[in-house]
Amino acid sequence: MSEAAAWLVLFLPLASFLIISLVIRPFFNRYSQWAGYLTILAIGGALVLSLMALKATTGHEGPIGWDPHSWITVGSFNLRLGIYMNSLTAIMLVVVSGVSLMVQVYSQGYMKGDPGYARYFAFMSLFTASMLGLVLASNVVMLYAFWELVGLCSYLLIGFWYHRPAAAAAAKKAFIVTRLGDFGFLLAILYLFFHQGAIAGQGLNSLEIPDIYRAVQTGLLGTAVLTWLGLGIFAGAVGKSAQFPLHVWLPDAMEGPTPVSALIHAATMVAAGVFLVARFFPIFEAAPATLRLVAVIGGATAVFAATMGMVMNDIKRVVAYSTISQLGYMMLGLGVAGLAVAREGHVTAEVARAAVAIGIFHLFNHAFFKALLFLGSGSVNHATGTVDMRLMGGLRKVMPWTYITFVIAGLSLAGVWPLAGFWSKDEILAVALKEQPVLFALALLTVFMTAFYIFRVVFLTFCGEYRGGAPGEHGHDAHAHGKPHESPPVMVVPMVILSVLAVISGFWNVNGAFSVFMGEGQTKGFFEGFFGILAHPLPWIAMIVAGLGIFLAYLMYGSKRISAERMGERFKPIYTLFYRKYYFDELYENLFVRRSLVNGLFAGFQKFDTNVVDGAVNGLANVTVATGKGVRRWQTGQLQLYGLFMGIGIVVIVLVLLFAG
Amino acid sequence: MDFLALTPEWSLAAFAIAVILLSLFVRDRLVLALFSLAGVIVSAAVAIGFATWLSGSAMVVFGNMLVVDSFALFFKLLFLGIAALLILASLDYAPKFAESQGEYFALVLLSTLGMMLMAATTELIAIYVALELTSISLYVLVGFLKEPKASEAALKYLLLGAVASAVLLFGMAMVFGFTGQTKLGDIVLAILRLAPDNSGASPALIFGVVLLVAGFGFKIASVPFQMWVPDVYEGAPTPVTGYLSVASKAAGFAVVLRVFYSAFIVPDWVAVDWGMLFAVLAAISMTVGNVVALPQTNIKRMLGYSSIAQAGYLMVGVATVGLAPATDIVGRSSILFFLAGYALANLGAFIAIIAVSNQTNSDLIADYSGMGKRAPLLSLALTLSLVSLIGMPPAAGFIGKFYIFSGAVQHGLLWLVIIAVINSVVSAYYYMRVVKVMWFGEPASAEKVPSSAALKLALTLTTLGVLFIGIVPGYLMRLAQAASNIFVF
Repeated sequence: MSEAAAWLVLFLPLASFLIISLVIRPFFNRYSQWAGYLTILAIGGALVLSLMALKATTGHEGPIGWDPHSWITVGSFNLRLGIYMNSLTAIMLVVVSGVSLMVQVYSQGYMKGDPGYARYFAFMSLFTASMLGLVLASNVVMLYAFWELVGLCSYLLIGFWYHRPAAAAAAKKAFIVTRLGDFGFLLAILYLFFHQGAIAGQGLNSLEIPDIYRAVQTGLLGTAVLTWLGLGIFAGAVGKSAQFPLHVWLPDAMEGPTPVSALIHAATMVAAGVFLVARFFPIFEAAPATLRLVAVIGGATAVFAATMGMVMNDIKRVVAYSTISQLGYMMLGLGVAGLAVAREGHVTAEVARAAVAIGIFHLFNHAFFKALLFLGSGSVNHATGTVDMRLMGGLRKVMPWTYITFVIAGLSLAGVWPLAGFWSKDEILAVALKEQPVLFALALLTVFMTAFYIFRVVFLTFCGEYRGGAPGEHGHDAHAHGKPHESPPVMVVPMVILSVLAVISGFWNVNGAFSVFMGEGQTKGFFEGFFGILAHPLPWIAMIVAGLGIFLAYLMYGSKRISAERMGERFKPIYTLFYRKYYFDELYENLFVRRSLVNGLFAGFQKFDTNVVDGAVNGLANVTVATGKGVRRWQTGQLQLYGLFMGIGIVVIVLVLLFAG
Repeated sequence: MDFLALTPEWSLAAFAIAVILLSLFVRDRLVLALFSLAGVIVSAAVAIGFATWLSGSAMVVFGNMLVVDSFALFFKLLFLGIAALLILASLDYAPKFAESQGEYFALVLLSTLGMMLMAATTELIAIYVALELTSISLYVLVGFLKEPKASEAALKYLLLGAVASAVLLFGMAMVFGFTGQTKLGDIVLAILRLAPDNSGASPALIFGVVLLVAGFGFKIASVPFQMWVPDVYEGAPTPVTGYLSVASKAAGFAVVLRVFYSAFIVPDWVAVDWGMLFAVLAAISMTVGNVVALPQTNIKRMLGYSSIAQAGYLMVGVATVGLAPATDIVGRSSILFFLAGYALANLGAFIAIIAVSNQTNSDLIADYSGMGKRAPLLSLALTLSLVSLIGMPPAAGFIGKFYIFSGAVQHGLLWLVIIAVINSVVSAYYYMRVVKVMWFGEPASAEKVPSSAALKLALTLTTLGVLFIGIVPGYLMRLAQAASNIFVF
C-alpha cells in the first residue's frame, strides 16, 4: 500500500463529486444517470483500496508511517496534511466505503426519476469523500475541516427535498444542534493550538495526532489539560453521534431520502463521534474522569433512546432511535473498557487499543445491520408510500426479500446467537458487568427494549393484513401505487449483500482476530470461540432477555393476545412521556430557544444591535462614504494641485521625521 | 561574461526591435503578438536557465552595478509572466491601436525590459536609468489611444512622473552627498562609518531617505504620491492600466526592497525610521484607497483606488522588513508572495474587464448588471479575482494577506494589522458590489460577451493561478523565501 493509493481513497469520490457538479449537472443533465454510475465506480474503487489498506495494516505494528506534507508554513506556524493509517483507520475506511457502495447501488432504484438525481449523487460523493478524509486525517485541523464537511453534507442531504418545510426545518435543526457539540471540539483544538509551546520543546507539533499521542504518553500534558481536552472532544462526539442531551436532531433527520439515512445517519457520520473518541482514546485513557462521563452518557443514552423507540409509529423514527441507542452502546463500550484498562494501572497505547476494539467492533457490526434496517424501511416506504406503520401490515407476502433481510437485521440487532450483533454486544455487556453493575443493568434493560421495538416493527409492518398504505398526502415518497410490491433488484441485491454481512461480520472476533487486528489480545480456535461462548451464563441471560422482548412484541402485535391500546391506556403517563420524546423538543424549543434566547438574550442583543451597533456601523459607514466623497473632490484633475500635493507630502514627512522622530 | 549575464534582457530588446521592423511588413496582429510572446518566452527560458545554473548563488557584473541573484530572477520571471498574459489579453484590444500595433507590443517588451533591470540593479544611477526606461515606455503606452482622455492621462503621467523622477534624483544626490557612494553595498558601509551608533540622527541622510521614499512611492502608488493614479488608470487603454497596476507596482517594490534592505538596514535608527515611515504611509494608503474606492462608479477607477490600497497592504510588509531583525525572512518573502498573488488576481480582473468593455463599450459598474447570465465563465473568473483582492479563501489573496499580517504581528505592528484588517472589511464592500451586480442584477441585453481564444487562455491561466496559489501555497512560498534569502547579512 503506497501513500498515493491511500490518498486515492479520498480523491476518487472527491473527483466524482467534482465531475458531477461541474460537468454532468451543468452540461449533461439529460444523462444524469451517469452521475449514479460514476459515483458507484468511484466508491467501488475506494472500497478496493480500503480493503488493500485493511490488508496492509493487518499484522502491521503501529501506524504505517507516512510523513505529512507541509501545507502552510509561516514562521513557527506549520500546518501539515497527511494520512494516519492504522488499523482503526483501515476498519473505518472499509465500513464507510463498503456501506456507501451498497447505498449508492440501492439509490439507483430509490431515487429513480427524481429531478435532483445528479445533485443527489454529487452530495453523496462529497459526503463519502469527506467521511473518508475525516477518517484518514493525521492532523487535527484537517480532521476538523472534514468533520464540518460531513456536517454540511448531512445538512444538504437531510434538506434534499428542500421544498418540503419539514425537511428544511430538520436540516436546519441537525446543523444547529450538532454545531453546539462542534463548538466544544473547536475549543479543544484551539486549546491545543494555543498551548503548543508546552510540547513544542520536544519537537512535537500539537496539531499532529501522532505527536499528541506521544505527548500524552510522555506525560507532557497534565491531567487537568487532558480532562479539558477530552471534554471538548467528547462534546463534539456527543453532537455528531446524537448522544443525550444533543440527541434531538437525529429523529428529525429522517426527513431526508432513506438511503441518506442509511448511510449518514446510521452507518457512518453518526458513528464519527464514536470514531473521534476512539481516535483520541489515549487522551481519554489518561484522564479517567472523562471516560466515566463517556460511559455514563453512553449507557444513559442507550436506555433513554430505546424507550422512545418503543412507541413511535413512524418506521424510520423507530430505527433512528435505535441508532441513537446503539451509538450509546458503543460509547458505553468505549467508556467501560477504557475504565477497566485504566484500573489495571498500566496505560499503554497497546492496552488502550484493546479497549478501542470493543467499541469499534460494535460500530463495525452495527454499520451493516443498521444500514440494512434503513434500506428495508426504505423499501417498505417505496412500496407503500408511507412511513406510518399503522398503515402497513401484511407485507411479508408481497415483499419476501425485504421481509427476510429485515428479520435477519432485526435478530442481529437484538443480539441473537450467532448473528453479528450478538458478538459485539456480548463483549460490551461482559466488560460492563465487570466494571460497573449499574451500567450493566442499563445495558441489559436496553437489550430487552431493543428486541421489543424492532420486533414490534416486524410484526406491525410485515404480519397481519395490509392496512392501505399511503393516504396520498406525502410528497416524493408517494409513488401512487395501487398495490404494494417488491422493490426492483437494484434495491434488493444490496439488501441481500448487507444481510449476509449482518450475519457474518461478527465472526471476525469469534476467535479474537478483530482484537488482534486492533493491536491486542490473542486468537483462539474458531469453533472453540463459536460454541464455547454458550458455556458462559452471560450470553444466555442476554438472549433470554432479548427473547422476552421479542415474545412481548409478538403477544402485543403478532397474536394480539395483549391489546396494545389497553397497555397504552394503562401506562398512559409513561406512554405519553415516551411518545412526546420526554418533551425535549418542547423543552429546547420553548424554554431555551424561545424564552431564554429569543425573548431574553436575542431581544437584548437586538436592542443592543439596533441602537448601539447599527448606530456605530451606520455612523461609521456614513462617515466613510462622506469621507470618500470628500476626498474624491481633491481629485480635481488639476495637474498643479496633484504636484502640490506631492510636495506638501514630502515636506510634512521630512518635518515630522526631523522634529518629532 | 558581463554581457552574457544580461542575456534575458538583450534577447528581449532584440525581439522588441524586431517586432517594430516586422510590423512594417506584417499587418496581422496575431503574428505580431505571437512574435512578442516568443520573445518573452525565450527571455523567460534563459532566466529559468540562469536560476537553475546559479541555484541560489549570485552573479555580480558590470563592476557591481548589476547582479543576477534569485531575488532578481524571481522578479524577472514575474514581469515576464505578466507581460505574456498581457500580450495574450491585448489581442482583443489591439484593433483599437490601428496602425501602431507593432509599436504597442515593442513598448510592452521594452518596459518589461526596464522592470527586469530595475530588479537587478544595485547602484543608484543604474537604478535611475532602469526606472526611466520603464517609465518612458509606459508614458507612451498610456497615451496610445490618441483620444483626448488618453492624451490627457499620458500628459499628466509624464509631468507628474517627471516631478517624481526629479525628487528621486534629488534624494539620490543627498544620499551620495552624505556617503560619497552610489553602490548600495558601499552606501551601507559608509553609513556605518559616518554614523556608527544610535547617538544622533543625521538630517541629510533622513532627507535623502524621505526623497527616495517619495520617488519610489510614486511608482508603487502610495499616498501622498498617488494623485496620478485615478486619472491615468481611467484614461489609459485597459490592458495598459492592468499592466501599470501590477507590473509597474511590482517593479517599484522590487527596487524598494533592494535599496532599503541593502543600503539602509544599519544602524537601527535608519531602519526604524523608514520602517515606521512605511508603516504610517501604509495605514494612510490603505485607508485612502479603500475609502475613496467606495463611491466609484467606474470599474477601472475603482480598481485604481483599490491598487492604492493594495500598495498599502504591501507596505505593511516593507515596514515589517524595516523593523524586523536581519535574520527574519517572513516579512520579505511575504511581499514577494503577495505580489505574485496580487498580480494574477488584478490582471485577471482587468482581462475580464477588457472582454466586457469590448462588448459594452462601457466601464461603468452599472453596466456589469446581469453579466453572470451573459458570460458566466467570465463572471466567475472576475468574481474569483475580486475575492482574491478582498483576501478571502480559497484565493491567493487570503494566504498573501495572512502571510504579510502574521509577519507584521510578530514584529510589533499589531496596530497596523488591525487597521489593515478593518480596511479589508471596508474593501469587501466595493469589490462585492461588483459581484452582486454581476450575479443578481438584470442583464441589460441577452447578448453574449464574445472573447478570443487568447483572452480566454490568459483568463484561465490567471484564474487557475489564483486558485493554485490559494490552495497549495507551499511552492510559491518556498520560491519567495529562496528569493528573499539573499539579504541575509
